[in-house]
Amino acid sequence: MSRTTAIAVRELSKTYKDVRALDNVTLDLEPDRIYGLLGRNGAGKTTLMSILTGQNYADQGTAEIFGHAPFEHDPTLSRICFIRESQKYPDDFKVHQAFKSAALFFENWNEELAQELVEAFELPTKRRIKKLSRGQLSAVGVIIGMASRADITFFDEPYLGLDAVARQIFYDRLVEDFAECPRTIVLSSHLIDEVANLLEHVIVIDKGRIVIDSDAEQLRGTAVTVTGDAAKVQEFIGSAPVIHRDALGALSSVTIRAKLDESQREQAKLMGLDLSPVSLQQLVVRSALSSVTEQGIDERTEARK
Amino acid sequence: MIDDSKPIFLQIAELIENDIISGVLGEEAQVPSTNEFAAFYRINPATAAKGINRLVEDGLLYKKRGIGMFVTHDAPRRLREQRREKFQQQYITPLTAEAAKLGISLEELVTMIKTGSDS
Repeated sequence: MSRTTAIAVRELSKTYKDVRALDNVTLDLEPDRIYGLLGRNGAGKTTLMSILTGQNYADQGTAEIFGHAPFEHDPTLSRICFIRESQKYPDDFKVHQAFKSAALFFENWNEELAQELVEAFELPTKRRIKKLSRGQLSAVGVIIGMASRADITFFDEPYLGLDAVARQIFYDRLVEDFAECPRTIVLSSHLIDEVANLLEHVIVIDKGRIVIDSDAEQLRGTAVTVTGDAAKVQEFIGSAPVIHRDALGALSSVTIRAKLDESQREQAKLMGLDLSPVSLQQLVVRSALSSVTEQGIDERTEARK
Repeated sequence: MIDDSKPIFLQIAELIENDIISGVLGEEAQVPSTNEFAAFYRINPATAAKGINRLVEDGLLYKKRGIGMFVTHDAPRRLREQRREKFQQQYITPLTAEAAKLGISLEELVTMIKTGSDS
């Protein structure tokens, strides 16, 4: 089945003064998937999203949404919803007015879903937006993001104001609504472990460069942490690529990029070594901490196979 | 229930297989839908679908169009056979290795097993 790539980015670069916010970024995002756009604060996530949503433009390279450059292209822009933490609404707007405006702008707006979410988040719809708490303000953003049912929805960490319970409500409802109404969703977050299981594809940016661009399931289990006597650990891991090392006296804990089979696991056990899984968050954090060069390229080469 | 050790779709497939083996899901029983799995385990629906499809490919589940997914009639038997083959490697080998490490003789081990299965 052939379908238009939802988002096609080629060699995109953006520099602010002397900082390369985006450095030669190339990406393809297929439609109807949940993507995770992960990375540290300042890694380039927001810059990338603002270019993809037509709020900014690149210095070099191209970005196309459904085959068109988004900048000032209304037919494309009306298919995109971008929810960010610093969402601005007209000063005196009440919550329900913000929803009404959103409903006018987004042709796929689902009022029933919006109402359900208002109840789930216990949002006071008659209150003025400027009187809302931080959590309530974030709830307005995520509700608009979901009820818009836009063809592409970007969530730029809008849930930072939400407490853990509210965040879980968001994740649960998002998965539910995505199942019912598949569309392209890009979630950016530094709370990686919270969203990890929702993601179908993972993109990690570090210092403006893509360091991971991989199917989430393919990433799982590609790293393991080996703990035990330092010498035995070293013997076991051999020349496997190391992403992280910790030492405590004679004890050593090394995270390696490797997919172990049954016999290797057996061997580790016999050697008295402990094997523990590496969460997506640890993988991302530790990959970003180690050098970006060959590993980043290898990861992407693997993903393209 | 779902952890980081391996792909989620494999874990979903294993959870369903476990239910089939234990009898929670009997022959011809209906399996929850992809979306129900996704909501329950809080995972991406595509991942849940991948896990279920794997079992369909293995002939353990089949689809009744318009209704849902069902356990095939020989799934319980086949899965039990598969697990029996793995039993030696998964349980017996580590057991005897650990016993050897602790200096537990074969006779002691047999006694322990008998006591264990009586309680």
